[in-house]
Amino acid sequence: MTDSVLSVRDLVIEFATRRGPLRAIDGISFDIAKGEVLGVVGESGAGKSLTGTAVIGLVEPPGRIASGEIRLAGRRIDNLPRDEMRKVRGKQIGMIFQDPLTSLDPLMKIGDQLIETIRTHAAMTWAQARDRAVFLLEEVGIPAAAERLMAHPHEFSGGMRQRVVIALALAAGPDVVVADEPTTALDVSVQAQIIALLRRLTRDHGMAVMLITHDMGVIAQIADRVAVMYAGRIVEIGPVREVIGRPHHPYTAGLMGSIPSLRSDHARLRQIPGSMPRLDAIPQGCAFNPRCDRVLDRCRVERPQLASFDRTAAACFDPILGHDAEVRA
Amino acid sequence: MSEGETPIAAAVPPAEVPPLVRVSDLRKVFDVSASALERMMSGAPRRLVTAVDHVTFEIGRGETFALVGESGSGKSTVARMVVGLLERSAGRVTIDGTAVDDPATPRAERQALRRKIQMIFQDPYASLNPRWTVGRIVAEPVVTFGVLTDSRAIERRVGELLALVGLAPADRVKYPHQFSGGQRQRIAIARALSAEPAFIVCDEPTSALDVSVQAQILNLMADLQDRLGLTYLFISHNLAVVRHMADRIGVLYLGRLVEVRPARALFDDPRHPYTRMLIEAVPDLEAPSVVRDPARGEIPNPIDPPTGCHFHPRCPHVVERCRREVPALLDGVACHRVADGSI
Repeated sequence: MTDSVLSVRDLVIEFATRRGPLRAIDGISFDIAKGEVLGVVGESGAGKSLTGTAVIGLVEPPGRIASGEIRLAGRRIDNLPRDEMRKVRGKQIGMIFQDPLTSLDPLMKIGDQLIETIRTHAAMTWAQARDRAVFLLEEVGIPAAAERLMAHPHEFSGGMRQRVVIALALAAGPDVVVADEPTTALDVSVQAQIIALLRRLTRDHGMAVMLITHDMGVIAQIADRVAVMYAGRIVEIGPVREVIGRPHHPYTAGLMGSIPSLRSDHARLRQIPGSMPRLDAIPQGCAFNPRCDRVLDRCRVERPQLASFDRTAAACFDPILGHDAEVRA
Repeated sequence: MSEGETPIAAAVPPAEVPPLVRVSDLRKVFDVSASALERMMSGAPRRLVTAVDHVTFEIGRGETFALVGESGSGKSTVARMVVGLLERSAGRVTIDGTAVDDPATPRAERQALRRKIQMIFQDPYASLNPRWTVGRIVAEPVVTFGVLTDSRAIERRVGELLALVGLAPADRVKYPHQFSGGQRQRIAIARALSAEPAFIVCDEPTSALDVSVQAQILNLMADLQDRLGLTYLFISHNLAVVRHMADRIGVLYLGRLVEVRPARALFDDPRHPYTRMLIEAVPDLEAPSVVRDPARGEIPNPIDPPTGCHFHPRCPHVVERCRREVPALLDGVACHRVADGSI
């Protein structure tokens, strides 16, 4: 992709243990274009949050990036010195986490936090930064923004707090926003508001967004493309409608089938037997093979690479194709 | 806090036989005041939160009744009061016609009743004693209620229960930490079943689990209900899960039931404005990226709830009456505008 803002190539992340390195991320590649939302979806232990952590340069020992590269607007950022990376983070990469209180200082007025962040990354006077802070709060939908600058984080509701975090992430006009489960801690009615807000901001600002979540419903509402992760690998990636409507990888199909729908009655849910393997027990070959109902002998020994089918790519030796793709019908 | 009329039973299960569970006028008021000394020094008044306000419903035998609501709706508080983990401020809970903690009921009868009610919790990591073997965990109700006394028979029963929930009888010698989240929830279900209950209160039983594992547990719970004729009170914030599991659904908002109707009717034709907003807010997999009107506002602080209908500040159909009067539950809907036929 030529207009890719964020580009991850063959990323491998390992954790040092007494029994040798454990591979948590095993050779993943993806691109996110300007104005695009890439959803990264997977169950616990799939490595989706760790991938986000690598992009923002916060993988801490015993974890380390063992190989591969991460490029932001063409510049390699995975091997930058700490100080250099700190400037990139915040200025070029904005972050939104599940718990707004991770990003907000409980003892500081939110105005001061915003103004400080703005002035760290842009040459502005205090007054200019304050105006920008008010503008940002208005943009994320905080009523009476100018007065709210004086409030502390605890004076905001959960949804309003997450809006402040989004304002903070946008403060320096980043190229990329990494949002890790931004709506998971919120009630469903508030979640819908935050999804609508993120969509509007992405469109208006032309940022690239990496949206990490376990919730396929959130992905369906906001993402342009989706990467499905399993045991540290991307098993399927493509436009969100294609992946949801016609999944090619049996894991994606199983995942989709196991989600109860608002329209279904008591029909039995499709279930995937077993659970995600632990890092020290990832099966040989395709990591999904012990849980797969389409497993071939080959799947147990050889690791499938991503291959294109129509507009999506799936890592599977026996992908679901053609008419049997209507698994969700 | 509500005054005046009590909204009574609009929540009658379709069955002709008497319901297994009757919850009437359930209320819980929490005292969240500062300490007496601090209040005396500062002259601050007592502060009370009405977490559950005149909640009334019935559950038929073999039925799944779900309570759904967002945080602060009081759904878990209702669950805890129904099983007796939390004292009620007012109201009555009867199982099979007998009041659960009525001192007038003979002790033996109350003990027998206790056995009929079991609970499954959200967090399978916190609800199992980490120092006990799975066998001991599952056997505890068997021993406590004196279902079996012979140790051989108990061991055999534990093996049967583990097999029933999809685990191996040999797993009884292991400890909880050796199991995944989904398997721990199976252990919790086996423990709940060991007392041979008629009624199980399930408080967000799959909320801590991944979706593929959630599907396993929901399927298991449905199978067990079919096989054992269990009655469930199912608590969840997840509307799709509730839709999937429940026969009838009660929607809670700030401690009050706003709508109680059969599951399909509720989802096909939601009537209370809050129910409509809630259903509309659920991301739809089948129709992705449809631009929808996001819900307005957030749940107010329960310490200082709105007057009249609690939902009125967020309601698109609000009229003056809604600000003054608490609507009664009529035909399963507690809304002035629905009652007078204007929406």
